Amino acid sequence: MLKDITLGQFFPGDSYIHKLDPRTKLLMVVIYIVALFSASGWSGYALTGLFLAMAILISNIPFKSITRGLKPVMVIVVFTGVLNLFFTPGTHEIVNIFGFSLTWEAVERAFFMILRIMMLITGTFLLTYTTSPIALTDGLESLLSPLKRIKFPVHELSMMMCIALRFIPTLIEETDKIMSAQKARGADFESGSLMERARALVPILVPLFISAFRRADELATAMECRCYQGGEGRTKMKQLHYTQLDFNAFGIGAALLAAVLILPRIGL
Amino acid sequence: MSTILEVKDLTYIYSAGTPFEHKALDEVSFSVKQGEFVGIIGHTGSGKSTLMQHLNGLLKPTSGQILLGGEDIWKDKTTTRQARFRVGLVFQYPEYQLFEETVYKDIAFGPKNMGLKADEIDRRVRRAAELVGLTEAQLSVSPFDLSGGQKRRVAIAGVIAMEPEVLILDEPTAGLDPESRAGILDNIEAYRKAQNATIMMVSHSMNDVARLTERLLVMNGSRLVMDGPPAEIFARAQELLDMGLDIPDVTRVFLRLQQMGIDVEPVYTMEQAVAAIRQRKEGK
Repeated sequence: MLKDITLGQFFPGDSYIHKLDPRTKLLMVVIYIVALFSASGWSGYALTGLFLAMAILISNIPFKSITRGLKPVMVIVVFTGVLNLFFTPGTHEIVNIFGFSLTWEAVERAFFMILRIMMLITGTFLLTYTTSPIALTDGLESLLSPLKRIKFPVHELSMMMCIALRFIPTLIEETDKIMSAQKARGADFESGSLMERARALVPILVPLFISAFRRADELATAMECRCYQGGEGRTKMKQLHYTQLDFNAFGIGAALLAAVLILPRIGL
Repeated sequence: MSTILEVKDLTYIYSAGTPFEHKALDEVSFSVKQGEFVGIIGHTGSGKSTLMQHLNGLLKPTSGQILLGGEDIWKDKTTTRQARFRVGLVFQYPEYQLFEETVYKDIAFGPKNMGLKADEIDRRVRRAAELVGLTEAQLSVSPFDLSGGQKRRVAIAGVIAMEPEVLILDEPTAGLDPESRAGILDNIEAYRKAQNATIMMVSHSMNDVARLTERLLVMNGSRLVMDGPPAEIFARAQELLDMGLDIPDVTRVFLRLQQMGIDVEPVYTMEQAVAAIRQRKEGK
């Protein structure tokens, strides 16, 4: 159950996508999202969908893992779909249920909304699936570095993100362990009223917070022992370099964006 | 002595149907009698922890059965819940699960979940605290103000207070100083005597299991590979060493003596070693 959460999970590999510079991947995700939200009509979605499908295919990430990542957001997807289905004005009515009319326009819109959310999530998941958390925060730090001019603590922010990502699996494992231990003492998380269930979380949350603070404390000491003092004058073991691969990717991204923007204007 | 716990062809597969599929237990079968002190040894990843979590119904077997007092613990919901109370499980580093404001309240958590009456809860908390050597004054302090060894005692008392017929402990002495170790092992033995309970203890300390247990289960590669009294198990010292396991220090010394051509019987506890040496000395 808890172990199935795929947030921030990284699948090591050496595909074309894995080899891209993290900055390229971050920017490509931005381009992809812009394209996805500019897409109107079948051609735009088909093109963006093709782009995503190709990226998944090239990345060698098993299709099962990608669909597994979609499971937790299924509720939101269904909710959006239903809302759009009944609250979109239109003229071609199909049926009328209790005063709510269901129209062809609404069906089309709901379909596109669901498609958009699912593609949005899959696309961003592909980023974390193919990029190690360290590469990701390195890329982010490098992309945000112009903000240093206005005294924005870019390095500290990326270090915090890096630590947060690193500790997600650790804390999930810890939660699992504490839950098992409290269950062994007869704690019941699955029945009772909402209030009772909320109260049943106390025996999990208190030990979890204590252990999180303990870990934070130990990590801070360990970092200080190795003379960590923030970003000033700090060099990197792995320098980021754009290669031909990245320029190719940017080319494809630009083509996608241009096509999605131009297609509706020429009537496709 | 009657059989209390019976494990039949227990198999468990983690993440079945995914690329991470892993068989953690493979056709494990054994039974345990009431009042027995059983040690479980095996190196990390051999399936010990997975096995333990099956015995009180925290994990559901992929196939096979666990019978508690002759009844399948997965028969229905009530039976499974009862199994949690009848088989007490103390995890590794149990002090990290303490959460209440006072030691008393933390120990009372289990009995309260059992739905006992207030005076019965009070009796059990005080008795459990006494068994693990906590003083009256310590019951009203915050568990987070205690030392590591004392926290561990509180956590063990929290399970003992449910008065389980079978008490399972995963490395109860890991990371403690020698004095606390001895104290906790004494507490466990005291509970066994007071309750005529069955104890199952996972340990990496061969000296401890040799001294305390009547029977040893050896896990290796998700399978139960040996099952018998310590004398029998430690007689197969070479096999244990090949599995990456240890043997008691005295056994090592006596094996070495044998290799040097001195005629001694293999022993596995300090008492036996003393007796053997004395016998040789007086014999001459």
